[in-house]
Amino acid sequence: MTEERKRSEIIMRGVPAAPGIAIGNIYLYTRDVPSAIERALNPADVDAEIERLKKAIAKSEKELTKILSFAQAKIGESKSKIFEAQIMILRDQFLMDSLVKRIRAELRNAEFIVSDEISKYEKMMLMAHDDYMHERAHDVDDLKNRIIRNMQSRKLVSKFDSAAILVAHNLTPADTMIFSRNAVLGYATDKGGITSHAAILSRALKIPAVLGLGDISRRVSPGDSLILDGYSGTVIINPSSEQILKYQIKKERYTRFETNLAQFKSLPAKTLDGRKIELATNIEFEEELEFMLLQGADGIGLYRSESLLFASDQIPSEEKQYKKYKLFADRVFPNRVIIRTFDIGGDKIAPQTIEEANPFLGWRGIRIFLDRPEILLEQLRAILRASSRKNIAVMFPMVTTVEEVIKAKEYLEIAKAQLRSKKIKFDPNIQVGVMIEVPSAAVTADSIAREVDFLSIGTNDLTQYLLAVDRGNDIISDLYQEFHPSVIHTIRHIIKAGHKEKKWVGMCGELAGNPLATVLLVGLGLDEFSVVPSVLPEIKKIICSVSYSQAKKLAYEVLKLRTTEEVRAYLRQYIEKRFSDIPFENNNE
Amino acid sequence: MFEVEVVIKNKAGLHTRPAAQLVKTAAKFKSDFFIYKDGYEINGKSIIGVMTLAAEQGAKLTLRFDGADEKDAAKAISELFERGFDEE
Repeated sequence: MTEERKRSEIIMRGVPAAPGIAIGNIYLYTRDVPSAIERALNPADVDAEIERLKKAIAKSEKELTKILSFAQAKIGESKSKIFEAQIMILRDQFLMDSLVKRIRAELRNAEFIVSDEISKYEKMMLMAHDDYMHERAHDVDDLKNRIIRNMQSRKLVSKFDSAAILVAHNLTPADTMIFSRNAVLGYATDKGGITSHAAILSRALKIPAVLGLGDISRRVSPGDSLILDGYSGTVIINPSSEQILKYQIKKERYTRFETNLAQFKSLPAKTLDGRKIELATNIEFEEELEFMLLQGADGIGLYRSESLLFASDQIPSEEKQYKKYKLFADRVFPNRVIIRTFDIGGDKIAPQTIEEANPFLGWRGIRIFLDRPEILLEQLRAILRASSRKNIAVMFPMVTTVEEVIKAKEYLEIAKAQLRSKKIKFDPNIQVGVMIEVPSAAVTADSIAREVDFLSIGTNDLTQYLLAVDRGNDIISDLYQEFHPSVIHTIRHIIKAGHKEKKWVGMCGELAGNPLATVLLVGLGLDEFSVVPSVLPEIKKIICSVSYSQAKKLAYEVLKLRTTEEVRAYLRQYIEKRFSDIPFENNNE
Repeated sequence: MFEVEVVIKNKAGLHTRPAAQLVKTAAKFKSDFFIYKDGYEINGKSIIGVMTLAAEQGAKLTLRFDGADEKDAAKAISELFERGFDEE
């Protein structure tokens, strides 16, 4: 019967964690968590039970030593550290003694004692409001399960015969390494984000990965086929033959493209006629730094500082914030980091959970912090303190009116005065910018530009607000059109307004990273692009391959068009003719 | 019994490598070694314990040594902190 079941195509979106495209059959990996049910122990069996524990620990150590040497050979010493840490824990004499002592004293089975004892440490680690410690807790959990599994002599199946895309609920670092010995084409998981170990390791292993897909492991069944696009985060279950063909072409293009990308990484993004464009990246987490530098970024065009709030439910102290900002500034020096003050509310987390009928039109972004200046001041002080090497700029999100900008700048001056009175060093000329993502701010961009050093266009929200479309709403999400003439004319207006005031204008929305839009945006006069690290080289290549005067002509023509369809068709035709080797995103069509 | 207070100087805090170094050094001495931070007591000879400390740069720890060679142990270990575990 199952053979006759018509398998329908399902498109899912997750976190693009490691670039590349994989097409193939799935291998569904279900790692059952071994149970550690409590059992009373006969005093006569205690010695045997301890022996069983010791054997399991020895076996776990052997397994991990193998994984470690494999990892060291394949991805290098520093990324393999995590397995070393697990081995050290296995050799922890104090831990071993406490386990043995407890088995003897409590007369309970080793599985239960191991689970109970190690969980205590896990809980302590989870109590720290710190991503690093949370990852560490996962590692400890993984280790605990390994010991218990070995006590129950259960084998973890980690082999499959033919090349496949691995689908799993979650992948531990060890899983990620071990499976890479098979012909793994890609990883797709329910859990995990860009900074998880699985993401970092799959990037190092150069295996495409899309993580955080929600429930893909429940949606697929053995025998299903899959397309996995690690550039965009798209996963297609049981794709049609047309889809497969499309992605095969995309994959070939990328492969060809990537072989000649290397030459662009160290080059500046400059048009053929010499217009220099700043090409920076959007970034949330420290773990992305390495990848972004590798991709040849000019700096960070948008650091989403609210990512500091994800790990904990409270706002981190000034000191903690300062350290984080300083770290980013030091790593990209002499390039610049633009730190966007906390942008929360809307669909993002708010400091207090307040029910709002219309959160996107509600208490969010700068609005929250003008009402809660103590939080804003604390953040501004942290940013200023980190600015002593003069490579930090501060940017305010969700600005609606020039009054808000003036207010925010007043707080910046207060923060400066507070630091001065404590004789703390900072960059007194720190650049100040705002995001233009609300129509009212776009319309009055000239008066806002007068108040700041730069503008950065946030196309995602701008498109939503201009077209009155909630793109999270499936019924109308097709009306969310970044290429709509209204969006393009608004972008042009903002750039012109900024330039009239002699201020630079950048863009940090998704449109900046869409290769279809690059020439148009260059032609409209955009000074800075801030994009996700994975697309940076191709955007750079396009910029380096056109002249500003050509791009201006194209923009002039596009501005005459009346519909999204016409704009897209025009751009596609223009670009495909000139860049036959660039793999364009077709997903939105 | 002998107690010293130390401050974490290295940038990355008491992460895996310094934690391992700490435990390894402690193992050379016979004295018991405990670390106190924010009301927690951790056995300084246990790597999993030290790893739970989440101790970052600037954090203050109290080290307590108890045994025949407590002074030597205290000296060796506070030196490690002093040198920032030879990290940046």
